[in-house]
Amino acid sequence: MTAGTTQPTRWPRISKDPQAFPVEPNLADYHSVCRAFSWDSARQALSGLPGGGLNIAHEAVDRHAAGPRAGHEALRFVRADGSTHSLSYRELAEQTSRFAAVLAQLGIGRTERVFSLMGRTPELYVAVLGTLKNGSVFCPLFSAFGPEPVRQRLQLGSGRLLVTTRALYRKKVARIRDALPDLKFVLLIDADGEPEPGTLDLAGLMEAAPGDARIASTQGEDMALLHFTSGTTGTPKGAIHVHEAVTAHYATGLYALDLHPEDVYWCTADPGWVTGTSYGVIAPLVHGVTTVVDQEEMDADRWYRILAEQRVTVWYTAPTALRMLMKAGADRASGHDLSALRFVASVGEPLNPEVVVWGREAFGQPVHDNWWQTETGGIMIANFAATEIRPGSMGRPLPGVEAALVQRDGNGKAVIVDSEPVLVTEPDTMGELALRAGWPSMFRGYLHEEERYRSCFAGGWYLTGDVAKRDADGYYWFVGRGDDVIKSSGHLIGPFEVESSLMEHQAVAQAGVIGVPDPVAGEVVKAFVELRNGWEPSEELRLDIIGFARKRLGAAVAPRMVEFTTALPRTRSGKILRRLLKARELGLPEGDTSTIETPQEAP
Amino acid sequence: MNGHDAREAVHRAINQVAPDVEPADLEAEARLRQDLELDSLDFLRLVETIDTSTGVNIPERDYPQVSTVGGLIAYLTAHG
Repeated sequence: MTAGTTQPTRWPRISKDPQAFPVEPNLADYHSVCRAFSWDSARQALSGLPGGGLNIAHEAVDRHAAGPRAGHEALRFVRADGSTHSLSYRELAEQTSRFAAVLAQLGIGRTERVFSLMGRTPELYVAVLGTLKNGSVFCPLFSAFGPEPVRQRLQLGSGRLLVTTRALYRKKVARIRDALPDLKFVLLIDADGEPEPGTLDLAGLMEAAPGDARIASTQGEDMALLHFTSGTTGTPKGAIHVHEAVTAHYATGLYALDLHPEDVYWCTADPGWVTGTSYGVIAPLVHGVTTVVDQEEMDADRWYRILAEQRVTVWYTAPTALRMLMKAGADRASGHDLSALRFVASVGEPLNPEVVVWGREAFGQPVHDNWWQTETGGIMIANFAATEIRPGSMGRPLPGVEAALVQRDGNGKAVIVDSEPVLVTEPDTMGELALRAGWPSMFRGYLHEEERYRSCFAGGWYLTGDVAKRDADGYYWFVGRGDDVIKSSGHLIGPFEVESSLMEHQAVAQAGVIGVPDPVAGEVVKAFVELRNGWEPSEELRLDIIGFARKRLGAAVAPRMVEFTTALPRTRSGKILRRLLKARELGLPEGDTSTIETPQEAP
Repeated sequence: MNGHDAREAVHRAINQVAPDVEPADLEAEARLRQDLELDSLDFLRLVETIDTSTGVNIPERDYPQVSTVGGLIAYLTAHG
């Protein structure tokens, strides 16, 4: 169904020798740590706000700035030319307080949403943490989104303030501004004293703001972060996370990433996605380590150079990037001193066993796959530093996380009897991956969509929508998505969102969008398009439709392939059968077709 | 390959992969990733498209040389 599901048995297990590790692993014995663990005790490792309450930014920044780690390097930005610029915990505390004061002066209140649309600049990191200090809610957008996903998310999230760059504002926001009545302020990070009409100069405001503003007295259950994710149908869903999530960011950073105080840590994910926020900003800062941020786009040589020159010890990256590095060849790593690197982890989509093993050749370290989602807020299942890796497996549940598999019926729906999901108990049997509700970083809702949120749960379990197997020793193996959502380069793409955009093209009557396997990205988006009367398929029209979609959706979301068809398969009620499109595309059995409108020719 | 053919080949390949890019934006100094907003998958497809259409295979180690429109044209001129 998806890349990375090759037969597990072909690949020998990778055993570990913790005695030879440069540091003592935080999780040495899986079962004893799990037995002793409780979320309450994990919470004790945090400070809490001086007057009571909990705020992520206090745990990530202020408590370090007030203690012996004040002068420790918090963030190290690597610029395009390879030079670096650092912020200590003290400096980060001051700048984030200024940002919070700017928000307060503009009247941005508690729980109001602050959005970002920019590259990985220092201002982005200051905005994330400053927003939390003000008690407002932060919602990052990916800078490669087109104007349509930007508008939709700002609208759904009722964004009050947006921090962005002049170029991105002109290209993606200025034209849609009228459609965003809630958006009161746009702050440009590079206004240089001359903001665009309708925007403000962030640097000027920061300079005038006090650097010792008091942090908002938030409580653990107050909304802190909003991350949009895509479903099969309808609009993107805004997953709500609360300040209490920081307990999970801390505990998972400890066990799944094995963070130690002197680590130099690099998470390659962009904070426009949940990994880049949870593990590119919050988890490492809560641990007080030094976080490397590459401001440039991925490039094999550049990445090896950063790993070597910055003496990175713990590296968290993604399958698509690793597959690109593998394509470039392990010899590219030679000549780079990667001796500081002691742990490599990956997330976003299943990691093929080939890549897990190849890591040893290139980095001198195998790659540790782990699994989680926007909704889970943090790593739930992982291969750990000190425990055996089973290449191709996502690993075992984190301490404090209870996972299970739920039986599926013929239509792929979870089997629920008397409001209780029926669990799979036999090893190596497929089921929908479920998590016992109640971990601290569990999403607390989809913004304004209570019903959609409730439908994710059954009998105290959160149903993830991912299908997996579990072997006899409790290792989980990803099988595929249980729905039509497309997973490309680790990002979820909702087919409905893409279809809706395509149908705005004047030549398109109907569109059906699926993911097709891709050796690098896992899946890429492919659209099948029915043309309106009077339009004829042509190469020119095909490119025009792709260009149209890219302009609206951005390269990350738009289809990379468009195929014309005369008849999309539909149910009797007119719904497009993506499942059937996919089966045809992949030459798979078409399954139960009794609900199809009329037998159609293959697209 | 002469400079004119190389330019044609590059413009055609970019249009194949990213038809949203305006021809007017294809200035020599335009960076494929940052200015034209090609993502990493687009870039890989661009390299493949150029290989198919011109027979010039760009190995990974030469990617830094072809990060701009002008760099790509110069590369094809030299290697095609």
